[in-house]
Parts: sequence; structure tokens; C-alpha cells
Amino acid sequence: MRLTIILSTVLALSGFVWLSGQQISGTIENKAGKPIIAVPDFRGGGGAAGLMAAFNQTVANDLQSSPLVNFAPKTQYPLQVPQQPSDLVPGVSQPGARAYTPDGRRLTDWSLPPVSANFLGLGYGAEDRGQLVVFGWFYSTAPTIPTLQQAQAFGKIYTATLDQNGAVDAGHRYAADILAQFGGASLVGTRILFVSDRTGSKEIWVMNWDGTDQHALTHYKTISTFPSASPDGRIVAFTSYAGGNPNLYFISIDTGRKLPFYNQRASLNAFVTFTPDSKRVIFSSTAGGGPPQLYMANVDGSGLHRITSSGAIEVEAKINPKTGADLVDVSGRTGMPQIYHMNLDGADVSRVSAGTGEATNPSWSPDGAHIAFAWTKGFEPGNYNVFVMDVASQQTIQLTANEGRNENPGWAPDGAHIVYASKRGRQSQIWVMNADGTGKHALTESGSNEKPVWVNAEK
Amino acid sequence: MTKRSASLTVTAALALFIAAGCHKKAAPPPPPPAPPPAAPAPEKPAINFFTAEPSTVSSGQPVSLRWSVTGASTTEIDNGIGQVSPNGSRFVNPTATTTYALTATNPGGTTTSSVTVTVSAPPPPAPVPVQNQPTAADILAKQVQDLHFDYDKSDVRAEDQPVLQQDATALKQIFGLDPNFVVTIEGHCDERGSAEYNLGLGDRRASATKDALVGLGVPGDKLKTISYGKERPLCTDATEDCYARNRRAHFSANQ
Repeated sequence: MRLTIILSTVLALSGFVWLSGQQISGTIENKAGKPIIAVPDFRGGGGAAGLMAAFNQTVANDLQSSPLVNFAPKTQYPLQVPQQPSDLVPGVSQPGARAYTPDGRRLTDWSLPPVSANFLGLGYGAEDRGQLVVFGWFYSTAPTIPTLQQAQAFGKIYTATLDQNGAVDAGHRYAADILAQFGGASLVGTRILFVSDRTGSKEIWVMNWDGTDQHALTHYKTISTFPSASPDGRIVAFTSYAGGNPNLYFISIDTGRKLPFYNQRASLNAFVTFTPDSKRVIFSSTAGGGPPQLYMANVDGSGLHRITSSGAIEVEAKINPKTGADLVDVSGRTGMPQIYHMNLDGADVSRVSAGTGEATNPSWSPDGAHIAFAWTKGFEPGNYNVFVMDVASQQTIQLTANEGRNENPGWAPDGAHIVYASKRGRQSQIWVMNADGTGKHALTESGSNEKPVWVNAEK
Repeated sequence: MTKRSASLTVTAALALFIAAGCHKKAAPPPPPPAPPPAAPAPEKPAINFFTAEPSTVSSGQPVSLRWSVTGASTTEIDNGIGQVSPNGSRFVNPTATTTYALTATNPGGTTTSSVTVTVSAPPPPAPVPVQNQPTAADILAKQVQDLHFDYDKSDVRAEDQPVLQQDATALKQIFGLDPNFVVTIEGHCDERGSAEYNLGLGDRRASATKDALVGLGVPGDKLKTISYGKERPLCTDATEDCYARNRRAHFSANQ
């Protein structure tokens, strides 16, 4: 519903007329009601020639893996494909006309079967002064739009390094611009925090959203784990044994520099969640004796006050990013760990998970409408799978099955992807999937990697 | 070894040089003529100096004896050193406070001088463990056993009460032997629950174990607690036996 509204707004602003349902053919459509997009392969000259395969593959992957659009299979495309606006011919295809063959030069050649695309992406790559330059355009194929100029949503130039990495980067950016037309927040430039033992001890690591540039943020040579990121993307909070007992550490995500935080004198201080303004935190502490309870404090640890007094273990608080006024956490107050919802003052507690098995690792979607979590529903203890719950209806769907142990789901800022840890042998790896469970792929392969958190801000 | 003896030689040479220098300085003008009314007997030898540096050491540490004698036909130092040259130095390693006497002799007579090297009391001898009396660390390692827990539980099980009793007795013995000894109770979990919840559960296990021991008279201020959750498993097999071994409270010496 929300998506539809965004779509209408975006399309209305772009001057499109969205002919809902009319062009969508049942055979290609795997995401109901979502537009179909055709992007024929871009070709390149000079040093760009050998790089366009990587560009084309990246664009296809990003569009195929997005829940916002359908990607029209390339096998059905016309043989002649336009590469730039001057290749296009205005007017509407006349399939009934005797001498007509859809050569691809009219936009409506793409909207008719078998392609049945609502939108067409086109362009080409070139080498310019040692750099890769990709020209990318995006058009609506709707026959009701009178001119080519009005049908064009955007035309952009993407400059990148003249190598495979540059081609992949340009592909991501072009695909992100396409998805932005349908309300998709771009993941380009976002990062993922995780924990890796590949240096011999668990440290906090960070990588780009697509798995590139993996590097360690900490070098404590002990156990450092449970990272979380401030919503402004500046601070990483985590739990470390560097000082003996598990305590909280706050560092700058960019410099790794330690930031001041006053730890309560306690056997345990752990699991930070930030308020949407990044100025306050809620965490678990045994400062008051007994099982770990939720406490709130300023981001430097001052102004502490206690939120819960359940007499049971309270961990993994996650503040609702949309409202900033409520949270979910994992509590043992009725036995096995379950997910509970409460206000930031600890009032109005209610269980949101079903009560069976063990439900843990809650993560809010950016719009606060869904919670991804790990659940042993119907399985032995420890056999977790990732589920998504609609908060309003408490309906759940299962996103992983028969693929090892899957836990610690974390929403991407686009609300359309989920990062998670999957243990399919002796070691855990970081995986990404679409929020509907499709498009699973691993981002890590070295060492054991766990506790992924998508940083909700660009670099 | 070679290096050490070389450096000793250098030091000795240096000492000799310094001693010679001192000698020069110590007696710049020739000694005033002896009192004129003196008997015709030849003068006794003169001991310009006889020093020990340092004069206070702990047992076995080297001491440098230095001396300068004029007009002696024989120069001797006791304590087994024997005859020496009129100007010299010697390293000695006294194991107890020793007075070294320098005796300079010529036909005119004998002059003596002595220095005392004070050997401070050696550090208290390392406590030689009596064969039958184990140390606190021995008792901790051999007699204090892990407690084990049921899945998602942190209360001490009824069947573990004898272990708890034995641990309490051993811990009290440890703290009696060594009042400075502090024991850390580590709470651990099996790998099945979430790492986050297990950090809390391990804390509960360590804390419950401490409370139970304090209830049996073990001093609480000697017991620290820490949770390792499931971060430090004893074994990693996906078997109930391994899970059960990992659900434990373990005792370690506090660093």
C-alpha cells in the first residue's frame, strides 16, 4: 500500500502515466503488481569493451534481486537494440501492419509481448582519458506518452575506474538510479558491520554493502562482538572483553577512534541500541544486581536510568526506528527467550513472538512495520531460521529453511534486503537476501563471520 | 659467557685506570717528609686506600675491592684472596657479611686496613612446598570441580549439591592458605541458544554458583563472576554430551 503511494507519487512527478496491470504478463511476472524492466546489454568501445559484461551482469543482478521490479528476460529482446537516444524512433509500433517487424527502435517495441516491459534502460560504455564512462538512460515504454523526451526518466553519466571493479560499481549505481524511480532507497555507499575471527580472535569488521573492502575496525585480540551502529552512521557500539568482563565500547566508524562511554560497574554491560537521533542508547546491564536488565543512558553513558525490572534476562533491545518511542527485546520472563514489545519507559509490555520455541535477534524494518527475527519454530533448540513478522497483524513468513542455522537478520536501509548469518558447516558466513527470501548470496568466505548489522547511512 | 667475561675484563681494566687516576689525585704533593726526629728504622708501608664498592649487597652479588699501597714488599688480602699487587682491584661474591683485611708488609713493619661488605638478608626463601601441602592453585585445579546446568537453566541442580559442597570446602581451604587469592567463576553455555541470550544466561550461572557458595560460608569478596556465554566452548560437537559439558560454571584463578 505504502509502496503504491510512493510509486504513484514518483511516477506522477516524472510525468509518467502508470497503466496499472495492463502490460503485465503472467508468465514473466514473479513479483505481482511490480513493473517489468528491460535493460538490453550495454556495449563498449576501447578499454570499456571487455568490461561491459561485468556492468551488464551487475545491473541484471541488482534489478532481479530487488522486490520492487521485475526484470524482463534478455532472451526475448529484439535483435536490434538502441544504445542511445538518437537510435530511438518516435511513434507507436503497429503490430498489425503487414510489413512491420519490431526492431526495437520504438519504445513500444519493448512494451508489447514477448518482452512486455513497462520500462527500458539503454546505454553504452566508453573509455575516456583512462576512465570508464558509462552513459545510461531510462525510458517509459507506455504508448500513451506522446514524445520520446517525455518518456525519458533520466539520462546520466557514470564515471568509474577502467577495470572490473569500476564496471561493477557503475552497474550498481545505474541499477540504484533505476530502483530509485520506484521508491527504492539506494544501498550504494552503505556498509555492513560484522564480527569475524579471521585474525584469530573475534573483532569488529566492516565491509561495503556488496561485500567489497572488508577490513577490521578493532584489534583488541580478545572477544569483541555484538556490534550496532548509530542511525546517523557515525558510531559503532560493541561489547568487548578487552578490560576483563564484557563492557561496552563506542568507536568512530570512520577512524576507529574510541569515543568516551562510562560503563556501569557490573559483571556485564552489553547490546546497544540507539534512539533515532543517535543521542541516547539502551543496553543490558547487571549494574543493579540480578539478571541483565535494560537501562537507558546518554550516548556517553551519563544520565543512566533503569527501564525494566522483570527479574528475568533482558537482552537485545531494539528501539523502533520509526517512532523512537517503543522497543522490542528478548526476554526470558516466561521461560524460553521470546520477543517482547514495550515503550521506552518499560511500560505496556506485550509478547510479540508466538511463545513457542525460542525467538531471538529482532530487527526492525526502517519503516517500523516489520520485525525480522530468528526462531526455532518447529525445530530443535539451536536450529534457527529467519522469519519476518508484520507488526500490526503479527503474521509471520519464513525466509530461510534447510540451509543450516540462520540468525541475526538485519534490515538494509532500503527496507528491501536483509543481511543475516548462515552457518552451513563449521563456520558461519554473512549472507544477503531480498526481504521476501529470494536472491540469497554470501558476502564473506574467509574465517567465521557473524552478527551482521547494516549501517543505515551512507559513507 | 664470552661476552660476560669480556665485559668483566673491561670493567676491571676501567677500575684499574680509575684507581690509578685516584691515586694520582689523592696524593698530588709528595708526602711531607717524615718527622725528622724519627728513628732510622725503615718506614712501614702506607695504604692509600682500600674500598669495597658497593659496600652493601644481597647475597651472591659482585663487589669490587680496590686498593692502593705504597712501599710494601708484600700485599695480602684475607678471605682466600691471598697475595695481590700493590695497586689493584678484585671482584668478590660474598654470601654473608664479610670483613676483608688488607695487610701490607715490608721490613719496617705491617700496616692493615679493612673494609666490611654487608650482605643484606636474602629475599625470603621461596616457600618450598611441602610434599603433602598443596598450594592454593593446586587445590583450585584439582579439587574445585565445574558445576553443570540444565538447558536454559541457571539453578544449581540437586545432583550437583555434593560437588557444590566439595567446592565450598576446597575454596575455603584455598582462601585460608592464601588470603590474597581471588577466584573467578566463569559462566558458560552450550551453542544452541543465541549468543546474546547466552551472555545473560552465563552471567546467571556464574552468579547463582557464587550465591550458593556464599550460602555455604565461602567469602563472597573472594569470588568474582564473568559470563563467556557460548564464546569459549570446551567442545564443539553437536551432541547432547558436548552440550552438557559446555553448560557449566568453571573456576579459575583471577589474574
